[in-house]
Amino acid sequence: MTITEKILAKAAGLSSVKPGDNIWVNADILLTHDVCGPGTIGIFKREFGADAKVFDKEKIVIIPDHYIYTKDQKAHRNVDILRDFVKEQNLPCFYNPGTDSYCGVCHVAMPDLGHVRPGETIFGTDSHTCTHGALGAFSTGIGNTDAGFIMGAGKLLIKVPETIRFVLDGEMPDFLSAKDLILHMIGDIGVDGATYCAMEFTGSAIKSLSIDERCTICNMAVEAGAKNGIIAADEKAMEYVSGRTKKPFEALYSDDDCVVKAEYRYDVSKLEPVVAKPHLPDNKALVRECKDIKVDHVYIGSCTGGKLEDFYMAAKIMKGRKVAVRTLIVPATRHVEQGLFDTKIDGQSLRSIFEDAGVDPIAPPSCAACLGGPYDTFGRTHGEEVVVSTTNRNFVGRMGSKKSMIYLASPYTAAATSLTGYITDPRDI
Amino acid sequence: MSKESVIKGPVYVLEDNVDTDLLIPACYLNLVPTIPEEYRKLGSYALAGLPDGCIKFTSNSDGSTPYPIIIGGRNFGCGSSREHAPIALGAAGTKAVVAESYARIFFRNSVATGEIYPLESETRLCDCFKTGDLAELNIAKSTITRISDGKVFSLKPIGAVAPVIAAGGMFAYAREIGMIKS
Repeated sequence: MTITEKILAKAAGLSSVKPGDNIWVNADILLTHDVCGPGTIGIFKREFGADAKVFDKEKIVIIPDHYIYTKDQKAHRNVDILRDFVKEQNLPCFYNPGTDSYCGVCHVAMPDLGHVRPGETIFGTDSHTCTHGALGAFSTGIGNTDAGFIMGAGKLLIKVPETIRFVLDGEMPDFLSAKDLILHMIGDIGVDGATYCAMEFTGSAIKSLSIDERCTICNMAVEAGAKNGIIAADEKAMEYVSGRTKKPFEALYSDDDCVVKAEYRYDVSKLEPVVAKPHLPDNKALVRECKDIKVDHVYIGSCTGGKLEDFYMAAKIMKGRKVAVRTLIVPATRHVEQGLFDTKIDGQSLRSIFEDAGVDPIAPPSCAACLGGPYDTFGRTHGEEVVVSTTNRNFVGRMGSKKSMIYLASPYTAAATSLTGYITDPRDI
Repeated sequence: MSKESVIKGPVYVLEDNVDTDLLIPACYLNLVPTIPEEYRKLGSYALAGLPDGCIKFTSNSDGSTPYPIIIGGRNFGCGSSREHAPIALGAAGTKAVVAESYARIFFRNSVATGEIYPLESETRLCDCFKTGDLAELNIAKSTITRISDGKVFSLKPIGAVAPVIAAGGMFAYAREIGMIKS
């Protein structure tokens, strides 16, 4: 069996499963946030009763992150619905906006807070829940109805996916990042190239990546239609997790003779920085082929590109230089925000590097403009802006305005672009 | 789930990779689908992400849609896990989507909520229909007929999710098989 099949078999109490089997799987974690949590709670109460209790309060994680810094009254009402539910159910894993427990973007906070463990199953009301496969978990996005079901029943009927394996070997060239790798893969297989499948990433290049960078790869598996992305836990992952959780867990690994639907091989040493042009994440082009495209602003943030390592990469490019266009920095979490103070390059903090370069005042942690959101959202587009962004989707209207054009890029490419005002290959800085 | 086995009316035609931001833009995700007036409001914003200049989808005076059937191409519903997407379509009055293929979460949410039938066509129907064409969808026979010339197109069988659809969604199915209490 593959790692995905083994995790699902274990969570279903079965000795083996095969792709296509429809099985009832126990959930180790149910994650929700402010956009889908209120509807999930509504379904839970409608179906299980007004006085129903959640299946296991230790396994419900609620991280409001989408519409936090807005004057939108319904957005505030929605967070209040979460607060009331947490109080009613006495839920311990709630990260409350406006208090010290607020953390920011759920997919960056989840592993950091120790809610992700190898070999476990995680279901979340957000498509980028696939991020957590980076630590060897089965992790997938679901809707409110399925989440309401899990909230009461603790399990869900799911189909075992086929696995597509991506083997990435070779040494990472300078100024190539995980974002380039996943944009290459999505560009090659297409936005529906892994529909209903698990994307399993392996090879020496994957092993060389940090946990943050592995998260970037699994985060965008859904952009190829995948049910989950997964990287088996190695020593680096085990050390990361062990420092963050006290709960025991068992990492699982694909058998050597497991059956996969397809295998793709990459020598990363031969890859170049890429962007995804408007309006699909598979619309791949080499960065150097886009050098004549003038941009209005650069956005660095989100669950895909707002982690500490993303800002470290951007700061490496921006250190001692000045931005030529509006540049927006949105740390994903409060921990990342603190990291901008604490992490230094040649004695200068990342925050100071960005400020000296002339970026806009650094925004507080949240999903912000990655998905547009309420009209007053920080960084939201309102006109015909051309944006280079470290986020995950470039659909029409994704960042707000239907007329804006979004180019998805790595933090290196985004930073290089901020310095020139044109899409710029970071190797040219 | 609508139990109608024959759905007749004008179709709204979309192409490949219809994404969830097109189906329901994120600025409307502050609406909670389980609150009845917000459910109706979501319906009025269905397909609000269509580029300017497209035929309006929710063109009835009450904010609902005159199109009970949407025809799409490949990878319908790609992107977000927002259940607001199939809910907005259902709340607007759409009964079924007929597409070449679906993104996984949208398909699942359509089945789990019972808001719309997510049906798959054997051929690329978005090239065979234009918005406003009258069609008759027969769920039991797995066909869609173009009324203007009577041409019949076949649909794929519903497959493994058929019992969930037949039961009327995830909760009804789980009760039927005794997985949760009635």
